[in-house]
Amino acid sequence: MTDKIYRKPIPIPTPESDFFWAKVSQHELWIQRCVDCLKPFFYPRMVCPHCLSDKIEWFEVSGRGSLYSYMINHRPAPGFEEDSPYAIAIVQLEEGPRMMSNIVGIENTPENLILDMPLRVVFEDITPAITIPKWRPDETIKYG
Amino acid sequence: MESLRYKAAIVGASETTELGIIPDKTPFQLHVDASVNAIKDCGIDKQEIDGIATTMNPASLAHYLGITPKWIDNTQVGGTSFLIHVRHAAAAIASGLCETVLVSMAESGRSRVGDTSLSTFSEPTLEGMKDSSFPGQFESIYGVYGPTTQFGLGVLRYMKETGTSHEQLASVAVAQRKWSNKVPRAMYRDLITVDDVLESRIICYPFHLLECCLVTDGGGALIITKSDRATNYAKNPVYILGTGESVETPIVSQMYDMTSSTAFKISSKKAFEEADVSHSDIDHLMIYDAFAHLPIYGLEDLGFVSRGEAGAFIEQGNTSPGGDLPMNTNGGGLSYTHTGMYGMFAIQESVRQVRGEAAHQVPDVKLSFCQGVGGMFMAAGSLIFTNSSPH
Ligand SMILES: [Zn+2]
Repeated sequence: MTDKIYRKPIPIPTPESDFFWAKVSQHELWIQRCVDCLKPFFYPRMVCPHCLSDKIEWFEVSGRGSLYSYMINHRPAPGFEEDSPYAIAIVQLEEGPRMMSNIVGIENTPENLILDMPLRVVFEDITPAITIPKWRPDETIKYG
Repeated sequence: MESLRYKAAIVGASETTELGIIPDKTPFQLHVDASVNAIKDCGIDKQEIDGIATTMNPASLAHYLGITPKWIDNTQVGGTSFLIHVRHAAAAIASGLCETVLVSMAESGRSRVGDTSLSTFSEPTLEGMKDSSFPGQFESIYGVYGPTTQFGLGVLRYMKETGTSHEQLASVAVAQRKWSNKVPRAMYRDLITVDDVLESRIICYPFHLLECCLVTDGGGALIITKSDRATNYAKNPVYILGTGESVETPIVSQMYDMTSSTAFKISSKKAFEEADVSHSDIDHLMIYDAFAHLPIYGLEDLGFVSRGEAGAFIEQGNTSPGGDLPMNTNGGGLSYTHTGMYGMFAIQESVRQVRGEAAHQVPDVKLSFCQGVGGMFMAAGSLIFTNSSPH
């Protein structure tokens, strides 16, 4: 955590997402799956989007994923000026669902960001209560 | 439900008197200007209008124009809303809820006259912006900043899976400039090359400036009535032959497949079935182009070409002047105009082409397909028009 004022948007948890953000603040990434049809899904919901069952359970994912797609933004959103240009990425989780994120630990250029490159989740602490999951290249796996 | 085929027709259609940069008119004034123009276009007595569909408050427009409708529609799912209004209007007319509908659209997208609601992004507080919506929780925190940072998120994936090149993506803008080159009301008319596109400033990789839509002021309106009374007016009727609509997701990162629009597929399939025509029957095509990849996704999701073929199809000139499938013949959102909710302008160009009064007219247009998108692949609407009378 830095001393600088954090000017970027901060997520406000809702009853559906409270657990997700609480786990993220403990540096763990959990998503939901349906107890009845067993399918995992993201974003958090109170019923399964596949079968509408309300028997939903949370489980911790491996934290392994890959780069599904991205754009590199040259017109930064308020608060992101110092990061520009920065990638807005879609991460394919090993477990199936996809989520948006930023890619850290590597300069965000088209040459560096190769689709399907392996990624690992990392956690960026914003406030004592809020942490944001981001992803970095997984150097333990050779790619490209 | 019974088909909407040939149940209703567009008899009046017009855009705002001015288009592009209109610094002295509010969106409301532009609505009124477009509506009055459409009423004059067909010469209808306004007392015949008994239905209003618009994304603004229908009561405001009704009262301002002195119209007392018995049917309204306020569907607001982004830029395709007006295609869906046309569909809903045809259904209302077919079932006798009303006889004649005004569909109106206007925006001060560039000048933002008198409209603070158009300012989507508030200034961040020192603690950062706070947002409990799902896009707020799971997208805004990563620096998305409007459609330029969201709409094309699946494009690199699409390009990898299909082998589509950056040059082919750029060729969408090149092809459409060949159309707008002969359209006096288009914002950009000078011919461009693929190199011009790829050398223009990067807005959000892989999108360059010339692959992103304009930001303009303007609007348009339509008068729709029962088919059996559609020949009573000044212009030849543009019959509504097929219609479709759908929605997918308000969170672009959670699309079912980021290389294809599920809503495009559902909406267009329904329109083709209702019209009882095939792809080869279509003489003229409009596909809402907020960004250069939309006509590519559209050509494939509507079924005009197979998966992965759209980039080459456009690059080879098939959608350009003289090609087999003239597309976005006003120059589209990339070159003609884009106020924010472009769908009305796509309809207006389809109507002009079917009437034979377009600035860059395609010879002998009998069937025009018009495809709209709302939000970032959030919603879709499809319309098929013809000038052939019902048998
Ligand atoms: Zn289920």
